[in-house]
Amino acid sequence: MVSVNRERCGYCGACVGICPSTALELVELHLKIYDEKCVNCGLCIRICPMGALEV
Amino acid sequence: MEYDAVVIGAGPSGSFCAKTMAEGGLRVLLVEKKQEIGAPVRCAEGVGKEDFLELVDVDRRWISVEIEGAVIYAPDGTKITMSREHSGNEVGYVLERKIFDRHLAEEAAKAGAEIMVKTRAIGLLKEGNKIKGVKLSRMGEIFEVESNLVIGADGVESLVGRWAGINTALKPNDVESCAQYLVKGIDVKPYCEFYLGSRFAPGGYAWVFPKGRDMANVGLGVLGKYSGEKKPIEYLNEFLEFRCPEAKVVELIVGAVPVAMPVEPMVADGLMLVGDAAHLADPITGGGILNGMDSGRIAGKVAIEAKRRDDFSAGFLKRYEKEFMEKHGKIFKRNYFIKEKLMGMSDEEISEIFRALKDVNIEDLSVFGLIKEMFRKNPKILFELRKYFL
Repeated sequence: MVSVNRERCGYCGACVGICPSTALELVELHLKIYDEKCVNCGLCIRICPMGALEV
Repeated sequence: MEYDAVVIGAGPSGSFCAKTMAEGGLRVLLVEKKQEIGAPVRCAEGVGKEDFLELVDVDRRWISVEIEGAVIYAPDGTKITMSREHSGNEVGYVLERKIFDRHLAEEAAKAGAEIMVKTRAIGLLKEGNKIKGVKLSRMGEIFEVESNLVIGADGVESLVGRWAGINTALKPNDVESCAQYLVKGIDVKPYCEFYLGSRFAPGGYAWVFPKGRDMANVGLGVLGKYSGEKKPIEYLNEFLEFRCPEAKVVELIVGAVPVAMPVEPMVADGLMLVGDAAHLADPITGGGILNGMDSGRIAGKVAIEAKRRDDFSAGFLKRYEKEFMEKHGKIFKRNYFIKEKLMGMSDEEISEIFRALKDVNIEDLSVFGLIKEMFRKNPKILFELRKYFL
């Protein structure tokens, strides 16, 4: 499952835009991850400009 | 609560759409999930002057700098300067988006739109396939708002379109992952600087956009396809060291920019997507403000007509998509094609072209003017390009 390092996250929504399964949502300065929707494709980890996401 | 239209997202596209609809007599609700409109910025803030002036009357309060030209650096450092110094006209502006975005929201309010901040859309209300409104969440309170029409202006992280069955997920080849510092203590002229090549920004470019006095937005975008272990923030730190090691960082922003073809379809029954939510940033420059605002304006006009006829079907709203594509579609196709060609060129190929062009004075100060020059020696690409100009 993907997890976010909240201290690195720049809350930009890049990961939300690329996620093919709507498993992510940006709520103001907070990234919500819906584990049950995640398909483990890793695109969010790749696109993150800050390197804040990891498996 | 009942409205004629609910706009999700108070960026330039959403606010401009809300303003257009409110001026046309519609009861409009503009919803912003953040508690503050305009921040964080997520933008390099550059706009072309001519197109911008067609949309708004310029107010000094939200202009950081008037731009006189552009300097573009090839991977080997060869530079091309494009300016209109002979005509004496400024060619663009770098905006102060925090003030600009707020101004557009105020304009929407002045025209009669209601605004809710710190309020987020969490789903659509449907009756069968027909949209009846939106479900909103504010500080833990969940409530429903009825509306025949929903405008998705919720940016690159858009979910509104997906709720209506439009697949807006970006592909790694069609999105730039960006990082930017606002710096103080940089030596800049009123020119926008662009740096090409894989050293600074693989599949994208690095930029320096002046923000007044000794300040500038210094940033870059890396194509999603090439974004991997090394993150844009690391590329940015290296670029900062190269361009202005003495400068001091006063702000960091990150974001993603669609460099894609417009989403298809841009509408569904009772729903229209505008701005970045519909992937309307320019595929070469990544500039999204002008296309976004124009999409908001056109969608707003169509919404007024839809209300008059009481027809909010996808079939009618398709007029928005049609009008937007008639005006901008050709440029999208052309610029997307050029983006793909540029991605296929090596650093050395780009440098070679720049060396050949070094002494050419490019009067036509558009990205396109330069592109035409770049491909002049490649008849095959030039031939393909021709079809986008006829």
